[in-house]
Amino acid sequence: MKTLTVSVVTPDGPVMEDSFEMVSCKAENGELGILPGHIPLVAPLAINVVRLINGSDEQKLAINGGFLEVRPDKVTILAQSAEKPSDIDVERARAAKERAERRLQSKQDDVDFLRAELALKRAANRINAAQR
Amino acid sequence: MASLREIKGRIDSTSKTKKITKAMEMVSASKMNKAEQNAKSFVPYSEKIQEVVGSIASNTDAAHPMLSKREVKKTGYLVITSDRGLAGAYNSSVLRSLYKTVHERHQSADEYTIIAIGRMGYDFCKKRNMPVAKSILGLADQPNFADIKDLASETVQMFSDEEIDELNIFYNHYVSAISQQVTMKKLLPITDMASKSSGSQYEYEPDQEQILKVLLPQYAESLIYGALLDGKASEHAARMTAMRSATDNANELIDDLTLSYNRARQAAITQEITEIIGGVAALE
Repeated sequence: MKTLTVSVVTPDGPVMEDSFEMVSCKAENGELGILPGHIPLVAPLAINVVRLINGSDEQKLAINGGFLEVRPDKVTILAQSAEKPSDIDVERARAAKERAERRLQSKQDDVDFLRAELALKRAANRINAAQR
Repeated sequence: MASLREIKGRIDSTSKTKKITKAMEMVSASKMNKAEQNAKSFVPYSEKIQEVVGSIASNTDAAHPMLSKREVKKTGYLVITSDRGLAGAYNSSVLRSLYKTVHERHQSADEYTIIAIGRMGYDFCKKRNMPVAKSILGLADQPNFADIKDLASETVQMFSDEEIDELNIFYNHYVSAISQQVTMKKLLPITDMASKSSGSQYEYEPDQEQILKVLLPQYAESLIYGALLDGKASEHAARMTAMRSATDNANELIDDLTLSYNRARQAAITQEITEIIGGVAALE
């Protein structure tokens, strides 16, 4: 089976670089599945879990604030943060989630609201990636 | 001439200072290595994002406020300094250059605002009544992106909200362990999008404008982070150099003092002998 090289890069350094058969991720306007030979593409990614699939093997990464660049044989994910499930501190994510929820309930101005919403998404995403 | 005890005291205190500066030099050397590595590991990200932004910006006529110049009513200056001194000319050269530029360009304090990273820059501007819009103090020696993400995105937001119409950044560029260069860069609007595009035409999902909207702020934030990493590497390098020359000076001082200590001791002995001989001569 053909593979494509996937590299995940963040400002704090490369997170991983490996070959996979398929990349499944969620772009801002819907799910995307990338197989080798895809046309060149650029798309912003939602705060979500990116799944890197090799046969029956599957790796997950919690991505925040990133976008995806596709070339026929290479996929690059640029993100502000990308975490492997093993690196996620679930306790901390839970605390962050609760904090964000509390902030959402106490209605404040729009900016805080947006930020709390983003924080909630990030925390939920981390918990999601770590658990499944 | 100073007495023997006095000189001895100075030798002791100088050698204690030397121990401290020597230790600080070694600490800074290891921090500098780490900071250099951090700056290196950031390179792939910045190169990639530059490549993608460049290829989109050069292949489209999609307009974005961050790409177009507008009349400058208020300028933002982001200045990166350290939190502590003892780093030679590291802070003073950046701040001098900032102060000069601001005074050349602006008549009143309404025309510019400062965003300060690092306590030295913050205190400097506060003392001179320069308006500081945002600041971040007490940053770690090896900052990660999350530490400054808020400040970076708020700064970029200020530009999008037309609070400022231009953003310049002042920092020390790390040339080598012994040489740092004060650099001023214009960050926003993004003008020099040298199209280093690899010639690949992309499909855009959903469309170019949407992507630019997400990408350009990220790009600007990454530039700020890159400058910070560069500045941190310079800071440790500057501190290392400063501490090394302090150690060298202490060595020199100790040598001089030891020489005059020995001379004084010799003089004392000679005097004693002369006195004894004089005493014996008087008895005869």
